[in-house]
Amino acid sequence: MSDDSPEIRYDQARWSDEDGYEPLLSEKNSREVDIETPLPDDLTRDSLELPDLSEPELARHYTRLSQMNYGVESGPFPLGSCTMKYNPKFTEDLAAHPSAAVHPDRPEETVQGTLALLGRTAEYLAEIGGMDDVTLQPPAGAAGEYTGVLIAKAYHEHNGDDRSEIIVPDSAHGTNFASAALAGFDVVELPSGEDGRVDLDALEEAISDETALLMLTNPNTLGLFERDIEEIAEMVHDAGGLLYYDGANLNALLGRARPGDMGFDIMHYNVHKTFATPHGGGGPGAGPVGVVEELTDFLPEPHVRKRGGGYELFEPERSIGKVHGFQGNWLVLIKTCAYIARLGDEGLRDASAKAVLNANYLAEQIDYEVPFGPFHHEFVASAGDQDAADVAKRMLDYGVHPPTTKWPEIVDEALMTEPTEIENKRTLDQLAAAFDAVADEDRETIEAAPERTSARRIDQVSAARSPQLSWQALENSE
Amino acid sequence: MSFTVPDDCRYLDSHEWARQQNGTVRIGITDFAQDELGDVVFVELPREGDELEQGAEFGVIESIKAVSDLYAPVSGTVTATNETLIDDPELVNDDPFGDGWMLEVDLDDESELDELLSPEEYREQIE
Repeated sequence: MSDDSPEIRYDQARWSDEDGYEPLLSEKNSREVDIETPLPDDLTRDSLELPDLSEPELARHYTRLSQMNYGVESGPFPLGSCTMKYNPKFTEDLAAHPSAAVHPDRPEETVQGTLALLGRTAEYLAEIGGMDDVTLQPPAGAAGEYTGVLIAKAYHEHNGDDRSEIIVPDSAHGTNFASAALAGFDVVELPSGEDGRVDLDALEEAISDETALLMLTNPNTLGLFERDIEEIAEMVHDAGGLLYYDGANLNALLGRARPGDMGFDIMHYNVHKTFATPHGGGGPGAGPVGVVEELTDFLPEPHVRKRGGGYELFEPERSIGKVHGFQGNWLVLIKTCAYIARLGDEGLRDASAKAVLNANYLAEQIDYEVPFGPFHHEFVASAGDQDAADVAKRMLDYGVHPPTTKWPEIVDEALMTEPTEIENKRTLDQLAAAFDAVADEDRETIEAAPERTSARRIDQVSAARSPQLSWQALENSE
Repeated sequence: MSFTVPDDCRYLDSHEWARQQNGTVRIGITDFAQDELGDVVFVELPREGDELEQGAEFGVIESIKAVSDLYAPVSGTVTATNETLIDDPELVNDDPFGDGWMLEVDLDDESELDELLSPEEYREQIE
């Protein structure tokens, strides 16, 4: 490696003692605390062992855990189709503001500010997607998909039109298939054409008077724009079906093209991908759903609308009902609104431009073969003779997070890479250097990786064959 | 690499085998299939009494690398399933034609066996 190489030198911290990794708080020092409670004796304990630590001990514990982790604040995180973006801290400040702590059951007239923010967020999203109205209720992207499918189902039923099939391309996100099946539809899988896009002949064959919905993401999971989208929309609409837009890849289009203008009738927004709210990891998310005029009556309740000089909550006439409690995941929606408002038209256009530029620059730089292209916000390289999962493990040793691997399956040993707009040229060069270093390595080296991380290769086989899913199970097995 | 392809079995091109023995037909996946899949971690099988249809899915096999459907080489009624696979799915890797068997089936139509690939034809396919 020459001195001017942009390659990152990396060794992850590993805090451990004789028993293993950094101990749990209660293992460091704990103390029996007596419990007094009005609850019946047979339901309660007399005492509880609680951690007993000083503030610096506590601070060090969490710092150590974070040092043994890798996140978007550690380095590049080009996990394709996930859009791992840095979440600006000012949005966290706003969500943590005391005035954001509003009880969801308060009377409408006392929470006009909250409703106004929800209304404004819905308006922003509708404008960005080219939709006529947006529900903020669904708590995640997949929940948004399911909501959208239910809206399509309710629409067809209302028209006395019993349709049983949903068409999904083979390159689609797995959640598309699951959402369609969960709503009771038969899934018709659409094979991709040779150029990685929707094959119009195959689509013609798949469409029938049973077609309720075609679910597409555009650009698709290969990062390719569906050039024939207007023709596709016409084919589906002529057959009486609706067109659904999976918003996972909206980052590529922000401020430049709108699903509504392409002929889509329903779409969801992954606010954690496109508008820099945190990815779930089990925490609350949001997956708003936009619809065209014809479908607004079917939106979930409660829904926000303007009335007089203020806002109110109401139930749309033919609402599919509730999909989540109260007004949706409000604190996530604050961050969404703040991000859009701070960036504005110009900022959003700039984000999509850089997302596309970065993906295409990186695709050009790396040694791995990159079939298809030119791309939008992500590209899929092939690890060729190497195992994509081993490549990913080895990339960790170079201080970068690896791309998504082995998917979509239309590319052998896929390395699905999405640098996003947050990275500058220097970081992209470091990422390319990591790809290229691994591409040159032999099988033995990459199969032994990772070596420089706090945890080495995880024993996936034992984890899958005899999973220990609680601490009791773990203790029993020891 | 060369894979075991016993002469007393017939094969589906989706890598399941069927072996007629003691008036019943045993079904499993081939050595080639277990090698492609890698470490098997879970096998989902039908219940006794369920009906199989030749060429249709009868179960699911999951490995560290992939999840695949299992296809029935013959039509018939399931008379036994290999319950040891619930706790020891690795038997499919260790002994695919022996202890890693999956189902025993009461055959509907013996001529279906003739429609399957012969050991020679299957060997050719995986070469």
